[in-house]
Order: sequence, then C-alpha cells, then structure tokens
Amino acid sequence: MIQVRGLTHYYGPHLAVQDVSFGVKKGEVLGFLGPNGAGKTTTMRIITGFMPPTRGQVTLADFDVVEQSLEVRRRVGYLPETVPLYTEMPVTGYLKYMGTLRGMKSKQIKNRIRDVIDICQLGDYHKTIIGKLSKGFRQRVGIAQAILHEPEVLVLDEPTIGIDPIQVVETRKLIQDLGKQQTVVLSSHILPEVSMICSRVLIIHQGRIVAEDTPQNLALSLQGVEQLQVEVGGPPAEVLPVLRRVPGVNEVTHRPQQNRELYTIRFQRGKDLRDEISRSIVSNGWSLLSLQAVGMSLEDIFLRLTTHEEL
Amino acid sequence: MRTVQAVAWKEIQIYFSNPMAYIVALIFMAVTGFFFVVDLTDPFPEASLSNFFFGATIVLILLAPALTMRLLAEEQKLGTIELLLTSPVRDWEVIVGKYLSSLVFLLAMIGFTLYYPLLLWVFGRPDPGPIYSGYLGLVLYSAAALSIGILTSTLTSNQIIAFVVASGILLLMYFATLGTGGGEGIWSTLVTEIGMRSHFDDFERGVIDTKHIVYFLSVTAFFLFLSIRALESRRWR
Repeated sequence: MIQVRGLTHYYGPHLAVQDVSFGVKKGEVLGFLGPNGAGKTTTMRIITGFMPPTRGQVTLADFDVVEQSLEVRRRVGYLPETVPLYTEMPVTGYLKYMGTLRGMKSKQIKNRIRDVIDICQLGDYHKTIIGKLSKGFRQRVGIAQAILHEPEVLVLDEPTIGIDPIQVVETRKLIQDLGKQQTVVLSSHILPEVSMICSRVLIIHQGRIVAEDTPQNLALSLQGVEQLQVEVGGPPAEVLPVLRRVPGVNEVTHRPQQNRELYTIRFQRGKDLRDEISRSIVSNGWSLLSLQAVGMSLEDIFLRLTTHEEL
Repeated sequence: MRTVQAVAWKEIQIYFSNPMAYIVALIFMAVTGFFFVVDLTDPFPEASLSNFFFGATIVLILLAPALTMRLLAEEQKLGTIELLLTSPVRDWEVIVGKYLSSLVFLLAMIGFTLYYPLLLWVFGRPDPGPIYSGYLGLVLYSAAALSIGILTSTLTSNQIIAFVVASGILLLMYFATLGTGGGEGIWSTLVTEIGMRSHFDDFERGVIDTKHIVYFLSVTAFFLFLSIRALESRRWR
C-alpha cells in the first residue's frame, strides 16, 4: 500500500530523516516508535503529501506522493500531531467542510457525518463550537475528520498524546477497530501503546530506522536476543533448514528484498555465531554475500522509550 | 469549482460571525460617510460622489489588508494549513476561494454606501455617469487591493506582518504617480502606469476606459498568481 524508498529529508542544514525505506501492506497497522525528534512527524508529513522529501521516493497505492499528489491525498486520512482545527466552527460544520474539500457529495457527507459522530462518540457535542471542546474531544473531532471520507490509508501522528488516561484507552480501542478495515500508520513514543495496537513496529531513532519487527519479536530482543542479517546466494528452500540447524540459533526468517535473498537470524545474546553461520553457508557451496548485526543499539533505545513515559 | 465554493463559503461565514470584519465595515462607513458629507457642507454644494470615491480608495489602503490578513496567515499559525494542503485541493482553489470570500465581504460593504447616491437623487439632480463609473472603478480597485492582501497573508503566519506589508505595497502603488515629479522617459511612464491613483481618476470623472479596466484586472491577476505560487512554494520550503 505504501512504499518508502531511500527517504531523506533536510530542514535547511538539519538532517531529519536519513535513508529510510519500508513498506506497509494493505490492512496492516504499522507503528512508528521513537523518541521525540526522531523523524516520525517528518516521515508522516511526506507520506501525506504535505511536503516533498529532499531525496527518495514514496508511493501510496502506486501513486507518487510528489508527482501524483492529488491522487495520494484523496486516499489518505491524516491526523497531525497538534490536531489543528478551525476553532470557530461547530463540529458538524467543520466535518461538512472537510468532506467537501475531499470531494464527497453532500448526501454522502450527511450520512458519513452521522456515522463518524457515532464512531467517535461525539453525539452530544455535534453542534458545539470546536474551540469550546476539551483536548480529548478535539482529538476525536480530529480522528472523525481523518476517517470521514473512508480513506484507504489512515495516518495518525501521536494520536493519544495530551489526553486523559480514560480517553487514551478509548482512542486506542478506536484505532484498533479502524485497523480492521483500513491500513493504518501511527506514531508514538510509548512502547506499550504500539505493541498493543500495531501488527508491526518500526523503531526510528535520529532519523534512521534501527529496528523493524512485530511487537512480540521486539519484546524478545529486549530480553537479550541478538540478530544477524545475512544475504546468501542460494535456493531459499535449502538455505533455510541449514541455517536453522546451526547450533544456538533460535529462529530464522527469510525476507527477500529486490532480488536479494536476506535472512534474519536470531540467537541468544552473548554468543558469537558469525563463524558457524558463515561456515555452514560456504560448506554447502553457496555464497555468503553479506553478514551484519542488526538491532545492536535496540536496548539503548528501548530504555529511552520505556523509561520516558509509562502507560 | 465545488472546492472554491466550499472554501469561499466557509470564509464568508467566518467574516459575518467575526467582530473584526464588522469593525472594518464600521470604519469604512464612518470614513466614507465623512468624505461624502464634506461635499455637501460646501458653501456651493455639488451633488457628486467624487469626494466619497477619493475617501473610499484612501481608507481601503488600510481596510482591505485588514480583511485579508487573516485568510492564510491564520491557517499557517494554527497549523490548519496542514489539513488543508493534505486534502485533495489544488493550490489555486484555496487562493481563489479565500480571495472571493474577501471580495464578497468588501462588495457588501460597498453595497451599504449605495444610500449616498440615493440621497443625492432624492435631494438633488446628480450627474449619473460619474456615479456609475466611479462605483465600477471602486469595485475594480477593491479587487486589486484585496489580491495584494492575499499575497502577503500567504507569505507569513503573522497577521500583523501580512497587514503592514500589504498596506505598504498598496500605499506605494496608490501614490506611485507622485514619485515621477512629472518627469519624462521610460521610467517615469512606467511608475505612472503602476500608480493606482492615475488609473482611478478617469473613473471618478465619468470616463470608462478599457485601459484602466485592464490595468486593475491585471494587477489582481498578477497578485493572485503570485499568491498561488507562494502557497505552492510552502510545500517546498
């Protein structure tokens, strides 16, 4: 659904995002995890077509965010971090306006407004001027406008920041429900939140992706598992069992990437399996094209994420 | 087109529910009313609106930017521009929609002054020609003035800056003709031609010259074009 390749962005001389690549599949809920200033918002702004990247390419539903910006914007619902709303407008008036901007027909808007007000539990406040709503309710209006036009992709920047704990729980529940039908990309700096909602997590730190995995595996690596990434020139069906048979290896996953046969190998921290692995590959007559350790600094980042703010 | 309409309609609603716009309208009525009365209190009063037109163009140097300063600067300040520009909306639709809303409000303001000529007709026998042409000129002048305000509002998130810069540009363009000192040569001609006042005179006298109509429409188009470009460049900055 979303393909990000070699994304780099500078603000003046300041490097915000550096060579970030990832993909999001249809129906996936992807979490962007990282401390403040890691480059989450920048990446999201580029995906939503708010600004173009300095370098790199982003496509959404096969449309380029720079070249075919309008097509991309038609398919995205976006909740910026600051939840910018027109404070002098009433809730329904605002939603109607946003619906028109998204090219919805007025009848369709009417029906959808009823739906989203229901979904976001704004029933009692639909006539209230937005400026008079509390932060939590404004957040809901923000989500309501993002899902109004039933976008294929939902981009939510820190959707639970600055609202009270009960509303946080409700908002998470809401996002989980939305994730059943839509592709969702959300950012957060709270680890437990991401592991609760997301099917896959990208950890971004100082503008780079430092880890990418399911929340479960990330939790594993936190418990002292190390990862190696190897590229092998050989038939995957045969390579996989051989790698798995190397003593000390916990798990091997095969992830092909643009004609490259990549494997991620997990093993208990403290052992150095590089020697065994390379020997077993070469002795089978395949070529070892690359071997690198990944996620070494994970613990460090996790520490920041988990101590920074708890649930 | 629906988008332009939606943007314009939303802004018009905000104008009519906003004290700022009413204050602008009030000052406009007070100042133009004053200039209108000046003609009538003369020992030899003249049933004409030429003083009113002069006063209106002067006061609009301040009031037109006051109407437009909020339109894009506030979106940038509040960050709502992020949602606006990530909606499937073209940049020109945003600019034109916002511009039209300010034009509608200013036309409504001008509409309220129509009772001045009405009074002239009730109590005297004014020459209708200069009144018609004067109003046409005033509308064209307003259209140009607002487009300048739109540009400065696009360029900054600070409404005060948008206001001051637009007023400054307008002031310079209004009085540009004075700067030539009646000299000759290409530069004098150029500056004279840029001057708004020199293009307004004929309308006040009752002359409708296509040249002047083209001038005001070109100025409007030029500044709206720059505004669209400026908004586009926001994406690249």
